[in-house]
Amino acid sequence: MTNAVEMQNVTVRFPGVLANDQVNLTLKQGEIHALLGENGAGKSTLMNVLAGLYKQSSGTLKVHGQPVSFNSPKDAIAQGIGMIHQHFMLVPTQTVTENILLGLDDPGFALNLPRYDQKVLDLQAQFGLHVDPAAKIWQLSVGEQQRVEILKVLYRGADILIMDEPTAVLAPQEIDELMNTMRSMVALGKSIIFISHKLHEVTAVADKVTVLRKGVVTAEGISAKGLTPAKLAQLMVGREVVFSVKKKAQEPGDVVLSVNDIHAENNKGVPALRGLSLDVRSGEILGIAGVTGNGQSELAEVITGLRSCTGRVIINDEEIANRPPIRAIESGVGHIPEDRSKVGTAPNLSITRNTIMKSYRHEPIGNGWTINFVKARQEARQLKDKYAILAPSVKTPARNLSGGNLQKVILAREISTRPKLLVAMQPTRGLDVGAIEAVQTLLLEQREAGAAILLISEELEELLSLSDRIAVISHGKIMGVMPVEEADVNKIGLMMVGSETVNN
Amino acid sequence: MPFKLVLEKRVKDVPPWYPFATSIGSVVIAFIISGLILKLIGGQPLEVARYFFTAAFGSWAAFSDTLVKATPLILVGLACTVAFKMKLWNIGAEGQFYMGAFFASLVVLLPILPPDSPKIVVIGAMMVMGMIGGAIWGFIPGYLKARFSINEIISTLMLNYVAILWNNFWIFNTWSDAGFQMTPTFPKSAWLTRVTDYARPYKAFMQNTDSGLTRFLESIGLERISGMTLHLGVVFGLIAVVIVWWLLERSRWGYEVALIGDNPHAARYAGLNIARNIILVMMVSGALAGLAGMSEVTGVVHRLQERISPGYGFTGIIIAWLAKLNPFAVVPVAILFGGLILAGREIQPSGLAMMLQGFILFMIISSDVLLRYKIRFSK
Ligand SMILES: Nc1ncnc2c1ncn2[C@@H]1O[C@H](COP(=O)(O)OP(=O)(O)OP(=O)(O)O)[C@@H](O)[C@H]1O
Ligand SMILES: [Mg+2]
Repeated sequence: MTNAVEMQNVTVRFPGVLANDQVNLTLKQGEIHALLGENGAGKSTLMNVLAGLYKQSSGTLKVHGQPVSFNSPKDAIAQGIGMIHQHFMLVPTQTVTENILLGLDDPGFALNLPRYDQKVLDLQAQFGLHVDPAAKIWQLSVGEQQRVEILKVLYRGADILIMDEPTAVLAPQEIDELMNTMRSMVALGKSIIFISHKLHEVTAVADKVTVLRKGVVTAEGISAKGLTPAKLAQLMVGREVVFSVKKKAQEPGDVVLSVNDIHAENNKGVPALRGLSLDVRSGEILGIAGVTGNGQSELAEVITGLRSCTGRVIINDEEIANRPPIRAIESGVGHIPEDRSKVGTAPNLSITRNTIMKSYRHEPIGNGWTINFVKARQEARQLKDKYAILAPSVKTPARNLSGGNLQKVILAREISTRPKLLVAMQPTRGLDVGAIEAVQTLLLEQREAGAAILLISEELEELLSLSDRIAVISHGKIMGVMPVEEADVNKIGLMMVGSETVNN
Repeated sequence: MPFKLVLEKRVKDVPPWYPFATSIGSVVIAFIISGLILKLIGGQPLEVARYFFTAAFGSWAAFSDTLVKATPLILVGLACTVAFKMKLWNIGAEGQFYMGAFFASLVVLLPILPPDSPKIVVIGAMMVMGMIGGAIWGFIPGYLKARFSINEIISTLMLNYVAILWNNFWIFNTWSDAGFQMTPTFPKSAWLTRVTDYARPYKAFMQNTDSGLTRFLESIGLERISGMTLHLGVVFGLIAVVIVWWLLERSRWGYEVALIGDNPHAARYAGLNIARNIILVMMVSGALAGLAGMSEVTGVVHRLQERISPGYGFTGIIIAWLAKLNPFAVVPVAILFGGLILAGREIQPSGLAMMLQGFILFMIISSDVLLRYKIRFSK
């Protein structure tokens, strides 16, 4: 078999950071190659070099044996390399086909859409990637949008695909579909590099594995056969990782959050919450299980005052529904939002300024009219150490952080305020195994300290190991609530599709 | 073509001095281009440049006049800086300037204070009124944007014309001085103190000192301060620089402005009241421009009249941009433009200064590409 890609001694340097240090990576034709590493290890950076977005400081690239030099993604696509980014770059108001054609020369001035719809359909049939070509992007689920991104690079003739954490935003079932697609793509001669923090996915789908640690390759193209998640974790972190955290038994206290019969619409104006009720007590973690898009985002937003609704949301005896978000914040609600870059952080502000987003109003950070930036920097440094946020300094702007480190900034900010109620939406999304362990431990610490935690997650395992009770959401309603001891995957699965109701 | 120009997106951050270097580079290139054009039409660019320099900075008297022009520019530059920090595109500083001038003048014209009030009271009242006038003119587009999402670029632009015509109405109609398009001169109590006001006490003082100091001052050309029109407004400007810097970089409110400017979604999530801050920023911005109008009326023209601004409000946009929204950098940039306006008035063809300004604006906007892209030549 020939080598589709050879990266040799690739070094990428950012001010204060050596992101890639003499990295070698060889991708064989027709293989799925997993790229692993801790947060900030340099995976995205390396792939951005291959996709023509970044330029290496030194080192060479070969594609199909030929040396190449890329100055833009256009050059890379001309060599058949396409990247599917974690943040989709689609135009929401345009159709699938329009998005796929965007930026191409082929449909010239006159656009004969139906003809191209057909071309897109042909491509879909070939790879088993089904989306309605005439649908508008905003009408699609996250999984479908990802399919559009994949179609986009396939349409441009890519035979080497780079996928940066494609599964992070997908529901378990969508992940299975994606893996099938990946298998059928390599069967048709494509080659894939795939980044993920979910090690069982790697063992399930990858042929080869390359591991980066702090910019250096620690395992180069080893065969994935016989590798276990535990072994992979050790290669990545350099120590053994405990996959299960210990939860102490404890009696929950008073009700902190009480949600009663709320109705709310989503951004498209369609009812998303339809008479939802739930309670969370102090010292308790209530896990919300459900397929994405069944009202989870809207629920988190209603509780934190970001979305209007009908019904009642009471936090510590105070009515929060339809009040400005500051009311929820002042009554001690922490919120780990779903979208870390669009909602959770300000890209051009420093880490320090991102960590004081909630605390700048009060002592010791806020002081009357002023902000004590000396103090703020001190606290930011402490958080940076405690949460192992990888960055040259606390002055680094948020946009220069790796995905997982950005998530850690949000976690640090929201957890360090010792909230009375923490609404955590996919808190461990994009984190490496070591960081997941740390964050789960922190969540349990908060629980022991008496916080009420609403944990919304796609990861059933995470829900089962952290929660005291599990509520299943479907079509904007709670289908049932059960103590975690009584919960099992089958029961939850059935309720997710809305067929069984268990009363609390 | 043997060589191709390649734009390469920057991955690494530019060093902190880089934006200022591009600002200075833009000005230099604009000068060079203007010089070439001058040459093309048969002028003598070096001669003109020398004349420009002498007219604006050649002597203390000239420099004093330059500072007089720079004074309103500092204030409107700050006005734009505050608004642009939050990505509010207030291009209505011109109108806010006129409203500031108008409201300040009301103190004398209505009158709000009796004519024989002490100077400090009159000036104080005029400052407050000027800032209120500008703030009202900022409040209107701010409210429209906060409440009805009306684009502030359009509304502030339109309000400029309203303000100018509003001023004209009162000058032509109610307070016209014997049919001229200006009000009668204000009483001295409404004049900002000027350097020349110190000329007499200074002379008396000089006679009593040893001749060494006198000779030194003579040697640098400072012995004749009578006639220097530099007025107290420049002090307002400099104090405003420090206050605006403190507000933007050290205060809670400045933090909110930066957060909203960078990511409004995150700001809402952090519990900020965005609508209130839009209105507030527009009002502060307007108040600064209004103060510029007040300073011009009380420090320079000493009456309300037509065309008190040769487009200061618009120049403020360029100044804020060239200064990269840094309040301290606004001062040197405003002085440069003050010199341009001053020298440009006396030079033929008279559009030269305007052309230069236009090129500077054009260059500074183009140079932003350099902040985001690297330019390379390749085969
Ligand atoms: N544009 C940039 N400017 C400065 N530093 C950067 C930039 N992009 C990335 N870095 C730094 O380079 C390092 C590697 O980042 P990269 O995004 O490649 O990590 P990653 O392996 O993808 O991590 P994650 O799993 O968290 O996504 C990090 O320390 C990051 O802060
Ligand atoms: Mg990454």
